[in-house]
Amino acid sequence: MRCRQVIDKISDYLDGELDPELVRELERHLEHCEDCRVVVDTTHKTVEIFYHTEPAALPEDVRGRLNQMFTQKFHKEEPR
Amino acid sequence: MPTHLDNEQSLVAAAQAGDSDAFVALLNHYSRHIYRLGVSITGNHHDAEDVLQEASLKAYTALAEFRGNSRFYTWLVRIAVNVALGKLRKRALWKESSLDEPRESEDGSYIPLEIESWGENPEEACLKSDLQQVLSEVIQKLDPKSRTIFTLRDVEKFSIEETAKLLSLSIPVVKTRLLRSRLKLREELTKYFGKGARNAMPTSHR
Repeated sequence: MRCRQVIDKISDYLDGELDPELVRELERHLEHCEDCRVVVDTTHKTVEIFYHTEPAALPEDVRGRLNQMFTQKFHKEEPR
Repeated sequence: MPTHLDNEQSLVAAAQAGDSDAFVALLNHYSRHIYRLGVSITGNHHDAEDVLQEASLKAYTALAEFRGNSRFYTWLVRIAVNVALGKLRKRALWKESSLDEPRESEDGSYIPLEIESWGENPEEACLKSDLQQVLSEVIQKLDPKSRTIFTLRDVEKFSIEETAKLLSLSIPVVKTRLLRSRLKLREELTKYFGKGARNAMPTSHR
């Protein structure tokens, strides 16, 4: 397998969707190609960082306006 | 993807029966995820707030249509994605968006430029709030279609199939965009986390 093919298959490899034979070929390539090893490793870390980062809390003003919108809506819908 | 609420099924049932507190409890659990999704797709906080408000209202109005075939969150995301894409379409950013990627070889392959290993724990290299800012900055370097795909798959953790379905795109299109997005983001993050990092802190902190 050549470097270019490794790059094209990184996503499938990281997602565990690569055919086992291709996994073996790709990993054989990684054993002797430092550059591809770095690219695969840092792509893996990229995916992991996004995967594990929780969203920040909703900004207070945004939450306030959302609650206000529903308070008004619920108020209007109350049976008289 | 956020965790299930323990009592989600009963909250949904109560909300469907007209219990507004139950609906607010559901919404409060998922709102920050919907807001982050809105920021990622539309690229700005103002539109993200619109997405959150409009999607919440639509969900409330259409609650009776939720049959429980998927998670409530997936159903809510589908509504939010449609609202957000509507905004992109209005700005003509969806159909036109192509990968703005100058480093393609003649056969269309992506050529990595930044080849530099990272430290063991890049997450620990900056404060949590700084990390959130870095991630939110770099994701905006993707075109709208790619960052929507990347956000659904790698941030909100939907499968490739679910992502394709949510966006009415084919699986090969999703896979190609995802690969390129991951590679592009890898390059961008190497500027922060590479051993000779040029950007130690988010732009606003420098």
